[in-house]
Amino acid sequence: MAVVPAVLRSEWTKIRSVRSTVWTLSLAVLITVALGVLISALTNNNFSRMPASEQITFDATYTSFAGMSLGQLLMIVFGVLVVSNEYSTGMIRASLAAVPQRGTFLFSKIAVATLLAFVVGEITAFIAFFAGQASLGSHSAHISDPGVLRAVFGGGLYLTLISVFAMGCAAMLRSPLLSLAILMPFFFLISNILHAVSATRHVANYLPDQAGQKVMMVVTTGDSRPYGPWIGLLIMALWVIAALVGGYAVLKERDA
Amino acid sequence: MIEARGLTKTYGAKTAVYNLSFQVRPGSVTGFLGPNGAGKSTTIRMVLGLDAPTSGTVTIAGRPYRQLPNAPRQVGALLDAKAVHGGRSARHHLLCLAQLSGIPKSRVDEVLALVGLQEVAGKRSKGFSLGMGQRLGIAAALLGDPQVLLFDEPVNGLDPEGIHWVRNLMKRLAAEGRTVFVSSHLMSEMALTADHLIVIGRGQLLADMSVKEFIARNSTAYAKVRTPDDAEQREKLTAALAEAGAGVQPEPDGALRVTGLELPRISDVAHGTGVRLWELSPHQASLEEAYMQLTQGAVDYRSAQPPGWGYGQPGQPQPYAPQQPYAPQQFAPPGSFGPPPAAAQPQPAPPAPAADPTAARETEDR
Repeated sequence: MAVVPAVLRSEWTKIRSVRSTVWTLSLAVLITVALGVLISALTNNNFSRMPASEQITFDATYTSFAGMSLGQLLMIVFGVLVVSNEYSTGMIRASLAAVPQRGTFLFSKIAVATLLAFVVGEITAFIAFFAGQASLGSHSAHISDPGVLRAVFGGGLYLTLISVFAMGCAAMLRSPLLSLAILMPFFFLISNILHAVSATRHVANYLPDQAGQKVMMVVTTGDSRPYGPWIGLLIMALWVIAALVGGYAVLKERDA
Repeated sequence: MIEARGLTKTYGAKTAVYNLSFQVRPGSVTGFLGPNGAGKSTTIRMVLGLDAPTSGTVTIAGRPYRQLPNAPRQVGALLDAKAVHGGRSARHHLLCLAQLSGIPKSRVDEVLALVGLQEVAGKRSKGFSLGMGQRLGIAAALLGDPQVLLFDEPVNGLDPEGIHWVRNLMKRLAAEGRTVFVSSHLMSEMALTADHLIVIGRGQLLADMSVKEFIARNSTAYAKVRTPDDAEQREKLTAALAEAGAGVQPEPDGALRVTGLELPRISDVAHGTGVRLWELSPHQASLEEAYMQLTQGAVDYRSAQPPGWGYGQPGQPQPYAPQQPYAPQQFAPPGSFGPPPAAAQPQPAPPAPAADPTAARETEDR
């Protein structure tokens, strides 16, 4: 009987022994921070020229997370590759022959990858926050300001959850190309377009990324989402659970 | 011991494996033989619980794979040499698998040495040749020191030295009392490696017997008869031989392949007809030929053959009937030549010359 600690250890070996892990995760940190710093610096320079309404509702914390829109894509790539590598290489057969309990196999894999995504996600969020505030100058927020710590910690959770969502989708779709071809444009473009258009905004509010982003906001004046930060994260978590259940159902039922 | 009972797997309308029953016993190498697409890999995947059978069961030591306690310590398998993450080193690949089954790390280096990959253990497997990939796959199968081993086409891509090595490894593992199940599409390879053969074609069982028995049954004896290059004489002799109860088929080089008559009798018939013979020689069909004939009706992807080639009746498709080749030559008295395979007979079936009742029973048995 394959025991969970053994599978966890093996999955950790799998993750650390391929280069794609290092590449995707380090790029996620780099891009999120760099883009956040850039946008923060630009905002700082143009602050006096911004309309008064925007100056009043200015959210320094959320501005430093501007790089998340790109950084999250790399977290998605990481999540997709961790799961679909097994299928694209055919390693899944050897893995399932070694661990016939498919649920143990899938959730151990996802647990290890999630833990790693969480660590990297939190590191990313905190670096992005402090680097972003440093370039916002006099308009910066402080970590001890009300709601800021929650927003930064929540930013790390957001990156973790989006990555786990990708893992669940990859377990359902199996093919890395198909998974990326669906997830990347959806989270980079489609979801944002749906949220920008007023006709679809009320529905888009409940998409996983739109709901999850609420937790990163400190100033919510004018925001259309009819729920608070933690409810938003909960909505996202429900999406993630649905993806994982779907992935497990596919793995359990289909031939490897 | 591996035991399959009525194993069937269908993918939509396509039947990959149909009603397959067999046993693989410990202590010998069992060859699992069949043309490409015969259902060998599907069967092995079902043995390992990777694919669920549409009906029927397959068990290892009396249990379905997925219910085996600590399966990887009991069963090792090589499925596909290319099923390795190219970016991972050989050692890391084996370490992942070892950790999955709670096998100590030291065993990884042991199996790497066993298959001769210790030099490249730290290299990414992307750069491995197919032969090195096969060795890595074999190393993975041996990790848990299992009693039951399955190898799917282990000699693919190996050089002669590698093939020799695999052959000896299989034999050694079987001699240690393990159950060794090796699939291949090469009869010649299996004749050298295996003790027992399970032959399938189009997902159905064609033969299940020891290699010795397979050779005895299937290496058909025949006489090669050559007349002067004169179509008229050849036809005359063909007709006379057929009348005497022989099976006669033209060979591509113009000679005749005669089964069912002893050499002196063929000579007498020729003499009686007034046809001179340029050649009258005894022959033994090779094992490869026997295998080809056995699976002929069961080959999915067959290259086109010129008419008259081989020893099937030209232009007359061989009905798919597994029992054909089992006309038991070994029951014929020494010196006589067995009956031609039923489906290949050019004439309305003449009474088989030897051991008819036995032959009939034997045929029904299949």
